Amino acid sequence: MSYKTIIGLEIHVELKTNTKIFCSCPAEFGGEENTKCCPVCLGLPGSLPVINKKVIEFAIRAGLALNCNINERSRMDRKNYFYPDLPKAYQISQYEIPLCKEGYIEIETENGSKKIRIRRIHIEEDTGKSIHLEDGISLLDYNRSGVPLIEIVTEPDMNSSKEVHSFLENLKSILEYIDISDCKMEQGSLRCDININVKNKDKNIETNIVELKNLNSFKAAVRAIDYEEKRHIDLLEHNRNTDKETRRWNDIENKTMKMRSKENIEDYRYFPDPDLVYVVVDRKWIDKVRKELPELPREKVERFKRYYNLSEYNARILASSKNIAKFFEDTCNEVENSKLVSNWIITEVLRRIKEEGIEIDKMKINHKDFASLMRFIMNKTISNSMAKKIFREMIITGKAPQEIIEERGLKQITDNETINGIIQEVLKSNSKSIEDYRNGKKKALGFLIGQVMKETGGEADPQIVNKLIKEALS
Amino acid sequence: MSIDIKTIDYIANLARLEFDNKDKEKIVNQLKSILKYMDKLKEVEIDGVEPTLNGIETKNVFRDDVIKPSLDRESILMNASEKKNWCFSVPRVVE
Amino acid sequence: MKLYDLTAHEIRDMLRKKEVSCREVTENILDRIAKVEPYISSYITINDEGTLSMADNIDKLIKNGEDLGDLAGIPMALKDNICTDGILTTCGSKMLQNFVPPYNATCVERLYNEKSILIGKTNMDEFAMGSSTENSAFKPTRNPWDLSRVPGGSSGGSAASVAAGEAFFALGSDTGGSIRQPAALCGLVGLKPTYGMVSRYGLVSYASSLDQIGTLTKDVEDCALVMNVIAGYDFRDSTSVSGVALDYKEALIQDVKGLKIGIPREYFYEDIDIDIKKAVYEGVKVLCDMGAEYEEMSLPYTEYNLATYFIIASSECSSNLARYDGIRYGYRASECKNLNDVLIKSRSEGFGEEVKRRIMAGTYSLSFGYYDEYYKRALKVRTLIKNDFAKAFEKYDVLITPTSPHVAFKFNEKTRDPLMMYKSDICTVGINIAGLPAISICCGFKNHLPIGLQIIGRHFDEKTILRVAYTFEQNTKYHKKRAVI
Ligand SMILES: [Mg+2]
Ligand SMILES: [Zn+2]
Repeated sequence: MSYKTIIGLEIHVELKTNTKIFCSCPAEFGGEENTKCCPVCLGLPGSLPVINKKVIEFAIRAGLALNCNINERSRMDRKNYFYPDLPKAYQISQYEIPLCKEGYIEIETENGSKKIRIRRIHIEEDTGKSIHLEDGISLLDYNRSGVPLIEIVTEPDMNSSKEVHSFLENLKSILEYIDISDCKMEQGSLRCDININVKNKDKNIETNIVELKNLNSFKAAVRAIDYEEKRHIDLLEHNRNTDKETRRWNDIENKTMKMRSKENIEDYRYFPDPDLVYVVVDRKWIDKVRKELPELPREKVERFKRYYNLSEYNARILASSKNIAKFFEDTCNEVENSKLVSNWIITEVLRRIKEEGIEIDKMKINHKDFASLMRFIMNKTISNSMAKKIFREMIITGKAPQEIIEERGLKQITDNETINGIIQEVLKSNSKSIEDYRNGKKKALGFLIGQVMKETGGEADPQIVNKLIKEALS
Repeated sequence: MSIDIKTIDYIANLARLEFDNKDKEKIVNQLKSILKYMDKLKEVEIDGVEPTLNGIETKNVFRDDVIKPSLDRESILMNASEKKNWCFSVPRVVE
Repeated sequence: MKLYDLTAHEIRDMLRKKEVSCREVTENILDRIAKVEPYISSYITINDEGTLSMADNIDKLIKNGEDLGDLAGIPMALKDNICTDGILTTCGSKMLQNFVPPYNATCVERLYNEKSILIGKTNMDEFAMGSSTENSAFKPTRNPWDLSRVPGGSSGGSAASVAAGEAFFALGSDTGGSIRQPAALCGLVGLKPTYGMVSRYGLVSYASSLDQIGTLTKDVEDCALVMNVIAGYDFRDSTSVSGVALDYKEALIQDVKGLKIGIPREYFYEDIDIDIKKAVYEGVKVLCDMGAEYEEMSLPYTEYNLATYFIIASSECSSNLARYDGIRYGYRASECKNLNDVLIKSRSEGFGEEVKRRIMAGTYSLSFGYYDEYYKRALKVRTLIKNDFAKAFEKYDVLITPTSPHVAFKFNEKTRDPLMMYKSDICTVGINIAGLPAISICCGFKNHLPIGLQIIGRHFDEKTILRVAYTFEQNTKYHKKRAVI
């Protein structure tokens, strides 16, 4: 049987403006409960909303970065539903005419690159927060009420958890590049709901669409999709179907669980918010935002390939995050060996920060110290393997490479006489290998070089060792 | 168009209102006669007519992204009928 | 003449000439309230705390020769749906019977800056839904001209307070006629400004696209003075209109020479009291004697005004009033087992019958499957009604109609059939639908009950309707008559 999984996403992104979307209260995360509220975001009788211009600009930025068309004339609608964290009992959102429509993001798959279409991006307000207590009551904190959001809705163009993962990675990277959100899933500034169903292509039947919520990491999204995919296929195999429902991902039990039925469509009674006026975005405004738009990941990849002469693969890794790209470019401004720098970042730096579980901009060392480490390699003060040791220490202590080299006397041995002395010692105690070498076993040479490096604690210049050992054997 | 008890129940639930049976009968009849009057609009030819959302229609009224003081915490909570730990309190929200 | 019978501008002149002190004026009003309030019930809250010391303060400023505004030291009243920091704002509803806003409406801020003295918050139909003030959750207000009759509504308390000499002027709100109709029934001048002229910030919403704050005064000059204080752009209201600089006092001139008046036939159909029709035509004749010309004309979509109004207003109100859930403010029902109970019981017990009726009607017209048929259709008819007026104003400077189809009616006369009550607004709702300015002035009496004449103007052309109203007033004596209590 051949099955096809069909996945679409709805992603809510909190924008990092100074103030909320309809009032001048601070939008920043955190703070004591109910301290960042005013008549507007509390929905007090008589209060009225006024749109934060920055929200429109950030949304246009997102629209342009995600290849969308910007609607010249859009407006705000009310989505009516009762929930205690929604103070007006309606969310001001966009329904009929969103600010942005018809965009896409390109992702890499095994079969080459693939366009995932974006149906729309609209702006809306966030709700407050419920805190559930044990004794049967819930507390309400409205600090988050009115924080600006964009909601990004994709077409159901993804067919595997892998594609979703790569879509989310790309999206996050773009949103970070254009500097409109912190994109922190754990703080809720990036939230992803997944719509999924599975089609049996042979029988031409498919399961009902299920919505997945409560996904607090990309990993959770992947696992939830994999779980659901299996569940759907299993039901199809038994000639059964999924219920139209919303399911919650349980990260601890590693499974999805029913949250509520979607059998009855909710009647939100959307209508245009009469307290707000049309948002008209003309060419001039779009062009202005476009001009201010920073370089996007794809553009950066192309430039890195051209300018630093990098492979597509390396360029993509370096451009995958704004901060990695910045670290790379800052270092390259200091030392003229982009190849060395890129290899070092892709292998050593990324590996170490992954081990430490930190972001590149949270490393204890700055690009200047990293650049001088590169310079020590280039002028052969230290060997590559010594540099790795030094780097490991830099990451932990934050010390400059110069300091570590001096402290530990870690200079590379480049002196022919010293090296020759060690070679003679090694040759003396390895006559079997000499014989092998002379009989044409090239491997034996490597062994001997290794022995010399070991004797010098890795401090000898391997190229000089190589040259001198060959001379000694000839 | 037909308004019956079922419709009233549906609408009342959307609006989070409840009526006892006597009031329900009454409101069915009242809404029937009000809507009958409103149905007058159905005779108007509206093809190609754009909707008007407001008395005066304007565009692009925005605010600068500048923080202004919020209310003090006492004022935020002063009208709440039930509060606890500087929060508004309600019977547990079940999801 | 008693002080309380004077107009705001007359009191201003006396204060300036030091013929009377602000304390005397304020005490006079408070005495008047003590005397007539038991009969009239204009107020829900009387703001007597600190009022006299404020008056003393103003007397000091006058003594020091400070340059004060026209309305400084003038006692005034506010409809109880206009938010006042630290002062109860109930909207005439059990739902908000304990609600104390932590902020001032923009118009309140402006009146405070002007140093007007807030005497109290006036009674109203619950959430401004009604035409008689009988829908107040607390008490009915009586018409000062005849205590067995209603003052009109929903700004009935505001109108009665001014007509009974309990305040020199009052603010009301007008969504479908709620200022003009009570002005007509109480023999006052009532202005509903162009939509967006006066900030709605702090006005508790009934129907956002129709609501507008306006004035209730004893004459046109007072109307201009109040408008000078409350009108103008406010950054807190997105629908507030910017860039219109105004001095309404400039409109206070007698000049209607060459003015073209349109008389829309549809406003004189059989539903209108014949004596009112007569009085309005008499009024038009007064203006024509001063050089204006009139012509009968047609606003063909008029018959759809009320239906269009009702659908839009009830739809918006169903959403605007959803926030009253008993959590952050307002009435919370006791003994709720769960959250849904809190919402349903608080709302069902906190709202009165008429409010619930409109919430139900509005929820219905926005709900799945009915949106296009009701709400969206009403918005389209709104366009046609608006176009009707726009076309008329290509030819006419103002339109004149009756304000109310009848004079003040008896209590309970119209409470049995909601539709009958809705029809009280038949002459006024069209103006809100189109966002136009209109003023109601007194143009005669029927059995000692005032008759209202409505002058409708172009968008933002309050000055012309004020000028026409002023000219009328200067050539008649109706506005000098006071109710005897
Ligand atoms: Mg949303
Ligand atoms: Zn706020």
